[in-house]
Order: sequence, then structure tokens, then C-alpha cells
Amino acid sequence: MKNIWVIYCKELKSYFASPIAYLLMAAFALIFGYFFYAATAIFVTRGLEMQMMGRGYPMDMNEWIVRPLLMNVSVIALFLVPMLTMRLFAEEKRSGTIELLMTSPVRDLEIILGKWLAAETMLAAILGFSALNLTFLFIHGKPDWRPILVGYLGLLLQGGGLLAVGAFISTTTRNQIIAGGATFAACLLLWVLDWVTAYETATWAKVVAYLSVVTHFEPFAKGVLDTKDVVFYLSVIFFGLFLTARSMESLRWRA
Amino acid sequence: MEFSPESKAGRLQENIHMIKVDGLTKRYARTVAVDDISFFVDKGRIVGFLGPNGAGKTTTMRILTCFLPPTAGQVEVAGFDVLKQPLEVKKRIGYLPESPPLYPEMEVVEYLTFVARLKGIPRSAVRQRVDEAIEKCALGDVRKTLQSKLSKGYRQRVGLAQALLHNPDVLILDEPTAGLDPKQIIETRQLIKQLAGEHTIILSTHILPEVEQTCQQVIIINKGKLVATDSVDNLTHRLRGSEAVAVEVEGRDGALDPAQVRKRLEQVPGVSRVLDRASDGRRASFEVESLEGKAIRAEIARAVVEAGWNLLELRPVAFSLEEIFLQLTASEDEETAGGGEK
Repeated sequence: MKNIWVIYCKELKSYFASPIAYLLMAAFALIFGYFFYAATAIFVTRGLEMQMMGRGYPMDMNEWIVRPLLMNVSVIALFLVPMLTMRLFAEEKRSGTIELLMTSPVRDLEIILGKWLAAETMLAAILGFSALNLTFLFIHGKPDWRPILVGYLGLLLQGGGLLAVGAFISTTTRNQIIAGGATFAACLLLWVLDWVTAYETATWAKVVAYLSVVTHFEPFAKGVLDTKDVVFYLSVIFFGLFLTARSMESLRWRA
Repeated sequence: MEFSPESKAGRLQENIHMIKVDGLTKRYARTVAVDDISFFVDKGRIVGFLGPNGAGKTTTMRILTCFLPPTAGQVEVAGFDVLKQPLEVKKRIGYLPESPPLYPEMEVVEYLTFVARLKGIPRSAVRQRVDEAIEKCALGDVRKTLQSKLSKGYRQRVGLAQALLHNPDVLILDEPTAGLDPKQIIETRQLIKQLAGEHTIILSTHILPEVEQTCQQVIIINKGKLVATDSVDNLTHRLRGSEAVAVEVEGRDGALDPAQVRKRLEQVPGVSRVLDRASDGRRASFEVESLEGKAIRAEIARAVVEAGWNLLELRPVAFSLEEIFLQLTASEDEETAGGGEK
């Protein structure tokens, strides 16, 4: 446990030692700010239109602003993940510091968990900037906070799964760019897997679509906390970390 | 030394081998990097691990540090098997890989603190340990320097400090002086010598004088095979077996025929061969090798004087480790220059 903490702190520090953490935070804040502005503007315009047409029932902020925003963020997360994970193991392999970690009295699993938790924390910190914008909703309106919380939980679970996959990919190479590129491809693929249901209705298509990370996110965006989606994400996390552990073990046999 | 990891299974007595390698083999997909090597290292000794590039030094060290598992054979460090109890082994070794494992974005103190925590030093002792290591390795001037800004010499020293932090029983240093300037090399060697006794040290190198100067025992490997293991003194003796003598002779009346001298020397009982070194008409020098176990110096002196020449010099020649090394590694194959070290 202590070892996980030691690795975790080191990883977090190294995110902030390079510009990457600040860059991602700034980029995300900017993009999310734009999305937020657009979503709110649309909400306001539509509200006015409705009123003028005499159908002035109160529009739901959660449905009109928060839900589409959360869906957007879940897509942005696909882009963030490769940048957070590409360094994790590839850099240690390139610089040789992996030898230090692997010859220290620390278990492989402790190294992996420390690194993954640091990446997850970093992702949470980046996504946290969106909360800044959402506070405006609370100042000027009365959105329900519970679905929002569920949405963020979903983002973290989805991100966690992708980060685990990214961590695995990072162990397979000593080149950060390759790790980042491959992770990005994997994230995109996992995102669009549900397209198969659009042209195919066989069972295999349903299975493939089930693996799509975004379909499992939709309920979270709506504020629905469904066990089967939570289990899905947890199993992705578990599977990704399992592969990472196997891959690290194989490093010892091959390297 | 309040931080000595408790051990139940393998608390060793003082006289037990600190490192025990028995039939160690490491095979990669196509190549055999280490082939059936066996050796022992006693507690508190400095051992030189010697071999040309690509001989399997780094592989062997990586196995000792549990970075790589052996394909076959048994390896014990401080009484623990590297395969069965890697965590116990790792607690007791300090390892400096070929390139020091530094994080460029960390300051020296920050890095050493991280490593100290990683090695399991209790939080309360970390600061003191880090300060000790900094002092031992003379890193006071660069405490707050980013590691990416360190010079090669300092990088090496930080690497050494990192290996020392937790006061390990065994220090494994892979080419600790590679790439340093002569002054730094001397300093590093002195530092390593100071550390002996307290720690058992294995250092690899392909620089021979380094072994002669720093090590008590030498293990020579070539192409994955153990060529020789012995104390440095014994090895020099054993390989000498015969005596080699440098002789310089001067003609009494000015002129001297080297061929004649050579002939006379060859007649001395116990001489196996005579090698010409130099001659200029008045003087001639030779190197004379004896048959095994024969003392020839007195006989040579008498022969030279009786023949009417002046004996200017008569001195035993020691084989340098370099010659021994070449002799040993070349005996199997003339081409010792292997590929890149892996």
C-alpha cells in the first residue's frame, strides 16, 4: 500500500513537472468553455422561441445543457487518455528507470496501480475544470445535482477503463509517440464499435456494440446509475490492468 | 544501521557466501547470453566482473538483481533465491545499471528521497539516509540541481548514491566508471574501495587496470562462458606458472652479437624460449621465459658473466592482467571482439 503511494506521488509530480498537465488543463478548459457557452446559448434561444410560440413550459437544464455536455466530455476524454498514458511505461523503458523500479522491493502490481491511479487523478483534475462552468448553472438556475454527480462518476469510470488500456499499450513500447498513437486508435475504435448495430442485427453485432465504451456512458449522462454499466467499466479497468501486469511480467522474460 | 531488514529463512552467518551462482544459464530466443556459469562471492569482497563487450556481464548482473529471471540454474543473493524470494533479494541489493536510472525532471534530493521510500526505508529515517548518501558520494553541490542538468560524472555519482541509500548487503555496479574523465574515475574507484567490507561489491568492467586496482577477486567471462575466477593475485601467479625475465646485456669491448647472446641464453638449463626485445650493436635486451616451476635468474646471470658480457639488467616480468585476459579469452577464439553489449 505504501509503495503504491510512493509511485503515485512520483507520477503525479512528473505530470506537473512537464507542461503536459497545464497544457491539457488549459486546452480542456477552453474547449469545454466553448461547448458550455454554445449549449447555454442554444438553451436560451430555444427557451425564448418556445415562449414566443406560447409553449412556455419550463425547460429542463439537466436535459438541455448537462446531458449533451457530458456526452461531449466523454468524447474529449478519448483524446485526453492517450496523452496521459503514453508516458507511463514507455518513458521508463526508454530512459532505463524501469530497471530501478523493477529491482526495488516493490511488486509489479504496486507499480501499475500507482501509475494508473495517478493518471486517473490527473484525468479527474482536468475534468474538474468543467465544474467551474457548471457552477454558473447553479447560480442562475436550479439544475438537479444528483444526475450531474452520476455523470461525473461515469466519466471517471469510462476514463479509468481507457487509461488501463493505455497503460497496457505503454508497456509494449519504449517510444512515447507509438504508445500515444496506438492508444488513440484503440480509444477511437472502442468509441465507434456501436456503429455495427446500424447495419447488422446478428448476435455478434450486439456483442461488438456492447464493447463500445460510449454506449455504456449514455445512461450515466442521463443520470441513471445502472449496475451493468458500472460492472462493464470495472471489468474494462480490471482487464486493462491485468494485461498491463502480464505485459510487465513478459518484459522480464524478453528484455 | 538500525535499518536491517529482518529475515527469517536466510539469516546468514558471517562466513557464508554472499552470492552463490550455480549453473546459471540465460537463453534468449536465438542466442545464449550466459552459459552455465558458477561462482561464489564471499561477504565484504570487491569482485571484478570482467569480459569483452557482449560477454554476458550485464545479463548476469540483471539476473542477480532480479530484473531478469534465469533460464536455468540457481542464483542466491544473501541466502535468498532470486526466483523464489525476489522481494527479499531486492531489499538487500543496490544496483547501478549501465546508465544511471535518473528522472530528468527531478532534483537530486527529490530523487534520492523517492528512491529511499521505494527501497522501503521508513519515513523517519529517509532524510538522514539521503544526507548520508549525498555526503558519501560528494553530491553536496548539486543537491537542488535538476538531474537533466547534471554532468556525466555527477550522474554516475547520483546513480551510486541511489544504490547505496538503503545500506544493501550487496552492491552491483555495471560499468561504474564508463564515460568518466580520469579524475572522476580515480574518485569513483576510491569511493568503491571505501565501501568494501561493509558491502559486498560486484562491478563489471572491460577496463583491466580497474580490476587490478580495485578488486580482490576477478571473474572473467567470455561469450557467456566462465573463463576464470580467482583472486587477482592468484590469477596472476597461476597464469604465470613459469617465470619471465627481462635481460639486458652489454658487450665488454664494445661490439656484441645478439645472435650469440641469444644462443648462450637458450643453453641455460630451464629456459623455454628467448625473445628478442631490442639491440643496437653494443647492447641487447631479451625476454626469457622459463619452463614451468624453474628458477632461472641465477643461472642466467652466471651464464652472461661467464661468457664475458656485462649484465645490465635482470628483472622478473609480471604478466599484467591484460595479457592474462587476452590469453584466456583468445584461447578459445582469436576474434574476441563481440557485438554490442546487451
